[in-house]
Amino acid sequence: MTTGGPAGDGAARRGPAGEGPAGEGPAAGTVVRTVGEHALLVELPDPAGVTALYGWLRARQSAGELPTVEEIVPAARTVLLDGVTDAPALARLLRTARPDPAAATAGPLVEVPTVYDGADLAEVAGLWGVPPEEAVRIHSAPEYVVAFCGFAPGFGYLTGLPARYEVPRRATPRSAVPAGSVALAGPYTGVYPRSSPGGWQLLGRTALPLWDTTRTPAALLAPGTRIRFTPVRGAAS
Amino acid sequence: MTVRTEGPAGLVVVRPGPLTTVQDLGRRGVAHLGVPRAGAVDEPALRAANRLVGNDPGAAALETTLGGVAVRALRPLLVAVAGAPAPVRVDGRPAPWGAQVAVPAGAVLDVGAATAGVRAYLAVAGGIAVPPVLGSRSADLLSGLGPAPLAVGDRLPVGPRPPHRPTPELVPLPAPPTVLVLRLRLGPHADWFAPDSVARLARDTYRAAPASNRIALRTDGPPLLRARDGELPSEGMVLGAVQVPPDGRPVVFLADHPTTGGYPVVGVVPRADLAAAAQTRPGTPVRFTVLPGTPLPAGPG
Repeated sequence: MTTGGPAGDGAARRGPAGEGPAGEGPAAGTVVRTVGEHALLVELPDPAGVTALYGWLRARQSAGELPTVEEIVPAARTVLLDGVTDAPALARLLRTARPDPAAATAGPLVEVPTVYDGADLAEVAGLWGVPPEEAVRIHSAPEYVVAFCGFAPGFGYLTGLPARYEVPRRATPRSAVPAGSVALAGPYTGVYPRSSPGGWQLLGRTALPLWDTTRTPAALLAPGTRIRFTPVRGAAS
Repeated sequence: MTVRTEGPAGLVVVRPGPLTTVQDLGRRGVAHLGVPRAGAVDEPALRAANRLVGNDPGAAALETTLGGVAVRALRPLLVAVAGAPAPVRVDGRPAPWGAQVAVPAGAVLDVGAATAGVRAYLAVAGGIAVPPVLGSRSADLLSGLGPAPLAVGDRLPVGPRPPHRPTPELVPLPAPPTVLVLRLRLGPHADWFAPDSVARLARDTYRAAPASNRIALRTDGPPLLRARDGELPSEGMVLGAVQVPPDGRPVVFLADHPTTGGYPVVGVVPRADLAAAAQTRPGTPVRFTVLPGTPLPAGPG
């Protein structure tokens, strides 16, 4: 373990060579930074590492083996631990972390019946160089996983589509995207939990309520949840 | 008119003021679902107002913004106002600020415009008993969770009188700042900015910008210059994070801040300094005192 990173930034970096026996500790390239006085930010080398570490932390928390942490927030390349009362103890524990990548695919499976009639389906199919029916097949083929949530309560950033199908956001965002819209941008697929402005490419829609504060749990999609989009015929909208 | 009842209505809104919301200590443990924490922006003031009426310190109260609020009691109420100093009246007669006030059934309690600061807290013995959403009664103005900002005619439920003995005296709280001094613990992305630019942050004076709200205290002043280009992948954000958007003006995250963000965070303001930020009016000078980041213990790998 070397203490590195920018001056005064409180970053602890695990050397790329990796000290200690192989297979122990976090992946090479993992960096732990302090964020103010009550939080640690763990930077991972890749998104799969985020999902694996998040799963590991939740499992430790459920087992009562995690020092006090109020929030565990995965994101694109990081896991934030906020509301930490003993940062040094948590930093020590993180050094022993052995996230299992397989555990990242062990979340609950949610099936999302989707009517593929989105306003941007033809355009996305064009970007992929396939007819719209084939675009539907491509998008509904993989099993997705919620990498992280953000933007709005219950909005999950879903990974699983092969990288060659990445599409840009729309040049001009829409002022209102209907609730239930299934959309695509960059490496992510998402489902708008409620009507909101949005710049993602709309492939279709689902009637499945993703967010309902009168339900437990309120969010159908949480980090680690697996998703399948099932094409269904829908009434004309 | 909105009727929100969990128990019997305790008060009705006569004048909602520019922005009055129900706030408690906010939503905890749900940031991973994209749910902001929300809650009182000036948490010590909320706690103080609640203690004055014998509530749990985190009971839901009304948070006003600059212009106060007026409510009619539907039954006898014990209330207290803390936070931003403001004239308090019951049916037009002056009543004390920062102390218990008995409001008879049918009387109008009026919290006037703040004479300093921004946010006053009106606590009612029993607490504002709107139904909790994800463990909190707070209005979250970023994502629209919890009760909407108050409107004329809203009837709000008030819970049963708490068993605690009210604290007779207001806990002394600092006056709203004439110059806001914020300590800034550097990191996690101080290295995204030119070192001399970060050093200048400690010397330059900023001003609280008019666009400040429950989400953030925005500042006007010399832009922080980036040492590197590019975008940061979205990452989790904490209360007090000082995010720097492309215009280079530091933005201090308050209660309704988003759970994730994509602009680099130069440093974090300790929570103890955020109550003053919550009471800072637009135009007030803002100074940052730069502290080094907290080192993590190096240990055996």
